Amino acid sequence: MTALISDPAGLQSPATVRPGRTPRRRPKIGRAVLLLLFAAYFFVPLYAAIDFTLGGSRRNMGHTLSVWTGLVHQEGFTTNLMTSLKIAGLTVVLLLVLMVPTMAWLHLRLPHLRRVVEGVCLLPMAIPAVVIANGILGAFKSWPQSITGSSWILILEYVILALPFTYRSLDAGLSAIPLTTMVEAARSLGASWPTTLWRVVVPNIRTAIASAGILGAALALGEFTIANLLLLNTFPVWTDQAGQQDGEVATTASMLILFLSWLLLMLVSHLGRGRTKKSPKLRRSK
Amino acid sequence: MTASAPADVPAGVGEPTPAAAASPLPAAGPRGLGALAGRAGRAGRPRRARRSRPVDLLGLLPFAAYVAVFLGAPAYAVITAAFKDDSGNPTLSNVTTTLKDPYRHAFTVSIELSVFSAVLGAVLGLALAVAVSGARRDGFVHRAVTTGSGVLAYFGGLPLAFVFLATLGPQGLVTKWLNSAGYNLTQHGFVLWNMAGLVLVYLYFQIPLMLLVIFPALDGLRPQWEEAARSLGASRLQYWLRVGGPLLAPPFLGALLLLFANAFAAYATAYALSTGSVPLVPIQIGSVMSGNVLAGQENIGNALGLWMIVVVGLVVVAYTLLQRRTARWLR
Repeated sequence: MTALISDPAGLQSPATVRPGRTPRRRPKIGRAVLLLLFAAYFFVPLYAAIDFTLGGSRRNMGHTLSVWTGLVHQEGFTTNLMTSLKIAGLTVVLLLVLMVPTMAWLHLRLPHLRRVVEGVCLLPMAIPAVVIANGILGAFKSWPQSITGSSWILILEYVILALPFTYRSLDAGLSAIPLTTMVEAARSLGASWPTTLWRVVVPNIRTAIASAGILGAALALGEFTIANLLLLNTFPVWTDQAGQQDGEVATTASMLILFLSWLLLMLVSHLGRGRTKKSPKLRRSK
Repeated sequence: MTASAPADVPAGVGEPTPAAAASPLPAAGPRGLGALAGRAGRAGRPRRARRSRPVDLLGLLPFAAYVAVFLGAPAYAVITAAFKDDSGNPTLSNVTTTLKDPYRHAFTVSIELSVFSAVLGAVLGLALAVAVSGARRDGFVHRAVTTGSGVLAYFGGLPLAFVFLATLGPQGLVTKWLNSAGYNLTQHGFVLWNMAGLVLVYLYFQIPLMLLVIFPALDGLRPQWEEAARSLGASRLQYWLRVGGPLLAPPFLGALLLLFANAFAAYATAYALSTGSVPLVPIQIGSVMSGNVLAGQENIGNALGLWMIVVVGLVVVAYTLLQRRTARWLR
């Protein structure tokens, strides 16, 4: 808050921090009130949810961790959590195995097709998950039940849902390194394509790969629509079913999904900060 | 695994629609999350002179085949089935039936919800972004808001529904606070699964998404432009009317469209809040998929899906066009 109100750096060293911003005239109080209102809107529900999982809604019993500790004994909790973790892991592997070589190849050999591939990668945004779920039923009728009736179809489709941000992440990573020079050097020293990819390209864009993978994992952990409509059991689907009997268990499971995916997403934003610090050119100088 | 898959898929299925394929979209990300990864570093490296050979296209084959099978084929299945009756004969009746009630009503409700939550989300998000852009970039407030919005924009779906049930549901904490203050929410017509309730819940991910999309544009407004305008005698209001406003209009409209598409396609939150009883288009599709449909209308869900693709597709295309315009001055 103090940084917001006093802002001494902007006045003392305008050239380094905020070159030439005109001094603010709007009342600072108004801004602080606005920020507080937003903070309330975003924090009260989280507080309420945590209070609820600690048994705060049951009168006169005080707070307890019993719902959290009892979660493991809930029917289906462990199996479905494991299913979702497995789906998330396999989604990440498949996503990266498909997209890292594709993107490297695109940058090296087919740079003029980058826009086309980007457009294709953005298509999942234009086709809602509900529609994809509906289409899966029609399109893969003749496929073996072991794929369409199991987690496999979810893994395969989550890779599709993850394409938009995977493209962006890997594209940014590959644009930030002198890829052609590196690959030519490796090739002229006799490295094979797979070796070049694995020992030269991958280590140099590991931050981008990590971001893409983590975002993919977060998506796969929380996805509900397709899994529910295809009647497959995952952790979110289990949570919804639990919610029809016991709100506390469902809320606790929801908070668990949240904490897991937030942890993953914080990791991404941390990685992102590290990268922009190392290569300041990515950021416009401010 | 991918190469052997596309056996029973018609050729060309996976080809993107031309409009979407041409989308450039350099700045803001899908569902805002891309913004976390930073702006795509398009500039910088010198173009290589090396010409690509036709053989090089083979390198894209696994990707193309994968998308064709797992995105193209489902989309194709929905679109073709929308024009077929129960026994597979061509018909337009599904497409026309979905334009009448109760589906017409579902589209109205869905569009209203999307418009309300998009407009409110965009305006409030912009207000928050402006308030925060005054804070120091490396300061706590700025960092907390950017990180927080990166995380919260992602927070749709099922957990959000349960978080709000714990807050404003019948047993919710805030409901109780208000009760003890003598204000009964239900008596005043508020439930989480009517329009007002859903808008309130959707804002929880719409505002952060707006922040993610609009921050780069807001940061891209150079202070020098304002100084130039001011030194030429413009007032603050004139600067915003003639310079800042027109520059921010395309990214703002683009963000509005993205928020609309985001709300229109959302399923899980509304489903979990209402256990499937709210008349929204995605929920109707889900309900048709679960078998709640009259005989002779098995493909109604596909027709609804077709209309959804039309609506969301158009909106996303318009968004990318606006984004391209923004990219001209935003680097």
